[in-house]
Amino acid sequence: MPDLLLELFSEEIPARMQARAADDLRRLVADKLVAEGLVYEGIKAFATPRRLALTVHGIPARQPDLKDERKGPRVGAPDAAVQGFLKATGLASLDEATIQKDPKKGEFYVALIERPGRAAIDVIADILPVIIRTFPWPKSMRWGARSAKAGALQWVRPLHAITATFGPETETPDVVPFSVDGIDSGQITYGHRFMAPGAIEVRHFADYEAKLEAAKVVLDAERRRDIILADARQLAFAQGYELIEDQALLEEVAGLVEWPVVLMGSFDPAFLSIPGEVIRATIRHNQKCFVMRDPATGALAPKFVLVANIEASDGGAAIVAGNERVIRARLSDAKFFYDTDLKTKLEDRLPKFSQIVFHEKLGTQAERIDRIERLAVELAPLVGADVEKTRRAARLAKADLLTEVVGEFPELQGVMGRYYALAQGEDAAVAQACEDHYKPQGPTDRVPTDPVAIAVALADKIDTLVGFWAIDEKPTGSKDPYALRRAALGVIRLIINNDLQLKLRHITAEALNLLGESKPDLVDEARQRWQTLYGGDQSIASALEGAFAAVFVKDFLSFFADRLKVQLREQGARHDLVDAVFALGNRDAEGTPVQENVQDDLLLIVRRVEALGNFLDSDDGKNLLAGVKRAINILRIEEKKDGTTFDGAPDATRYTLPEEKQLAAAIAQAKQDAGAAVAQEDFTAAMSAMAKLRPAVDAFFDKVKVNDDDPAIRANRLRLLNEIRTATRTVADFSKIQD
Amino acid sequence: MRPERSFQGLILALQRYWADHGCVILQPYDMEVGAGTFHPATTLRALGPKPWNAAYVQPSRRPKDGRYGENPNRLQHYYQFQVILKPSPPDIQELYLASLAAIGIDAHLHDIRFVEDDWESPTLGAWGLGWECWCDGMEVSQFTYFQQVAGLECAPVAGELTYGLERLAMYVQGVENVYDLNFNGRDGDEKVTYGDVFLQAEQEYSRHNFEHADTAMLFEQFTMAEKACRSYLDAGWDGAHKERHLMALPAYDQCITASHVFNLLDARGVISVTERQSYILRVRELAKACGEAWVKTAAGGAGA
Repeated sequence: MPDLLLELFSEEIPARMQARAADDLRRLVADKLVAEGLVYEGIKAFATPRRLALTVHGIPARQPDLKDERKGPRVGAPDAAVQGFLKATGLASLDEATIQKDPKKGEFYVALIERPGRAAIDVIADILPVIIRTFPWPKSMRWGARSAKAGALQWVRPLHAITATFGPETETPDVVPFSVDGIDSGQITYGHRFMAPGAIEVRHFADYEAKLEAAKVVLDAERRRDIILADARQLAFAQGYELIEDQALLEEVAGLVEWPVVLMGSFDPAFLSIPGEVIRATIRHNQKCFVMRDPATGALAPKFVLVANIEASDGGAAIVAGNERVIRARLSDAKFFYDTDLKTKLEDRLPKFSQIVFHEKLGTQAERIDRIERLAVELAPLVGADVEKTRRAARLAKADLLTEVVGEFPELQGVMGRYYALAQGEDAAVAQACEDHYKPQGPTDRVPTDPVAIAVALADKIDTLVGFWAIDEKPTGSKDPYALRRAALGVIRLIINNDLQLKLRHITAEALNLLGESKPDLVDEARQRWQTLYGGDQSIASALEGAFAAVFVKDFLSFFADRLKVQLREQGARHDLVDAVFALGNRDAEGTPVQENVQDDLLLIVRRVEALGNFLDSDDGKNLLAGVKRAINILRIEEKKDGTTFDGAPDATRYTLPEEKQLAAAIAQAKQDAGAAVAQEDFTAAMSAMAKLRPAVDAFFDKVKVNDDDPAIRANRLRLLNEIRTATRTVADFSKIQD
Repeated sequence: MRPERSFQGLILALQRYWADHGCVILQPYDMEVGAGTFHPATTLRALGPKPWNAAYVQPSRRPKDGRYGENPNRLQHYYQFQVILKPSPPDIQELYLASLAAIGIDAHLHDIRFVEDDWESPTLGAWGLGWECWCDGMEVSQFTYFQQVAGLECAPVAGELTYGLERLAMYVQGVENVYDLNFNGRDGDEKVTYGDVFLQAEQEYSRHNFEHADTAMLFEQFTMAEKACRSYLDAGWDGAHKERHLMALPAYDQCITASHVFNLLDARGVISVTERQSYILRVRELAKACGEAWVKTAAGGAGA
């Protein structure tokens, strides 16, 4: 069966767009071929700086013939219906239709439409120009004389040639004939821009790939990456160093060359007095070069690896010398920035923050730093951090944003704060907090463990969250411009990884309070919005001064609860167990819901889910779950039947059977023991206490008929079942657990 | 006058090369501009249907980049060599590479690369796609296909090449400090360096730009230029239907002035972050109005 080869040859395609473009080309052609009934055997796409290429293997030479039967109107139908039928089916007259009989509908017309399949090459010649004209580049442009006309072709950069051949591997293929905005398809492409710029005639894919290789073009990006990585490692190794690998940089440089030539250069070791992160950022960002380290010490080596696009006539000496010169100039700049930064103490930079707006509504950075400092100080004792160190760290943590180095390389925020803090003699914990208070940034980022860093990191994130909550900039759907989900996840990971027991409700209220002190108007505005949303009666809402905070905090904590659920599920916890624990809401030791119905101690929730999971893995757990579910089901059915609920304590005098009495006694005991264990946050013990219910529950269902003929006894027994439900809620809402 | 021997040799080589390829060789525009793009030969000539090929050196002023002559790479006054080719010819990349060969950069010895760099000028209401051109890791030129200028679609699209002359000269001469560039190509006592020509100016203008430029006067100049631009544009319309404009160039000069005055005010640090945006917008509005007027002139293609 024939193969298709397609190449779109253009001026340099931005590196970051290449992989996506190859993928899009593959997807678009695949979808169209399949939609046209051309089911192929294999397809692969490639990208280099100057070309997108595609090979489709095993395409049928023709489309299958299409047979279609279309039912029309009944015989003798009004003319309008007949005309409509003819028009829709393309028949010239009713003579071309056949007549079929149906026992219900009688006789009606049927059109048999037969469309013979077209030659695949013709279909492809129709498909490709459309795909090229509508190709989804993130940014595309017009060029040349044709750009004066409306409807000119747009491409990522000027498109110069299109190769499109079609035919079996063993034969000379045909050119798929089409034209896009003056560019005719053909089978001529070009090699490496400098080393083999001549025209190359290509036939099928194997021929194409081999001829490109001979013309100094490695078509496959993955191969270019492999070459670069292997050669770079080898060059580093030969010098006794170890390459610092960088996947994103590797992908970028592989998109900047068609023929990777890896070379090594050096820089003056005197520059190593600059922090390694700064050197790496300088060399990586400005020059797209790799750096390496001494494997023994981990220290950066005064070497770099560059990836050229050419085998130079002097073996690369001039290229290395040129890159060394540029890197020297860049590192001189970096050193100048770093030395300049060291001349100003971090605290002396702070006044400038009062002129820098953090967010139009949330005020200046200075106001924000004040809030973070105050909140961090509140948090310090709760996380075991030294209050004065925490205060100092929160004060200085953002100051590096105003340094030259961070201005040049924003991703070094925090890291530079630590260097500058240490350089001016700050306590090690304070310096570390300058770096770590941004962490964790994502699900795989390191979580700070030092209490000072934890306090500042929590304060930073909670202030951000509460602030944007207050101005109603909550994340919606896929929109989360202020990365609030990430901040919430950061709080969750800080708490759980460090085994912190924090009352988020209290902390949120405190953060809101601080925001209210610095931005009273804003909080007033938010208060009004919430009153409209949730508060109802203005007079009641204003009478209850705490109502706003309560509603706000509740809404806010629900968001946290959702993030925690996501996090627990991602860690592999059963989602039904998570739901079973969340459904509890906050309860006191007696199992009675307390006023605000969202739990706020994340660590307790996590521990409860863990204990519940372990319990349900045991026989006691499984059987108790079965019993409780049975009770819940009976209750649901009977409550529905009677249109009432059977809550309230059962009447002990109405127990007629020993199993009832035993169950009542077991429930009372389990409630008491489990309640006490929960009060001490010992969820494993709570589960064990609950497990003791199992024999009594089993015996009850074995011997006792719930729906007694005496309605009073029946009601009392249902109340007893309800007691099972209530008692188990001390540990979880069993109705949410799946079998 | 070999291009690798002297700064002026480099300029002359580029001029000769582009003259040989059919460009009109212009002299610098006689006003203070931030970049070669501001020259009406680029900004205005990029608009409208008429073909236009030109090349010129443009002294460019970026008041904020002054370093009192102490930084080996940064200058508040430097030269750009600007080429504009409308419509962009199909072999424009090859033309550019051959121009590098003409100034002594051998593409078989050096690593020349086109690295994505999309260009946008908020003050000119202009954008385009293209690259920074790298030679052995150093950016030596910018290469842009103009898509829009002064808020108007470019039809046809012009290709713009901008060579950073000092940087390029440092590269071909192999010097580390801009002030060490050989300007005239002579040796010994006859040698004149870039520092001999410009170091004092860099020191003086840095003082001026950062410390002494009269901000009250500059604020007034900005307002005056803005007002004059508007009034020349209003007065330039020929007839009530705005089909012809007779004074687009003088009006555009005022737009250039406003832009430069804004840059000076910015360097003096007297424009706050929020105000900054509004000044940029004001200049852009002038540029747009000038562009609209330009396309109603003969050179802009009106009546063509």
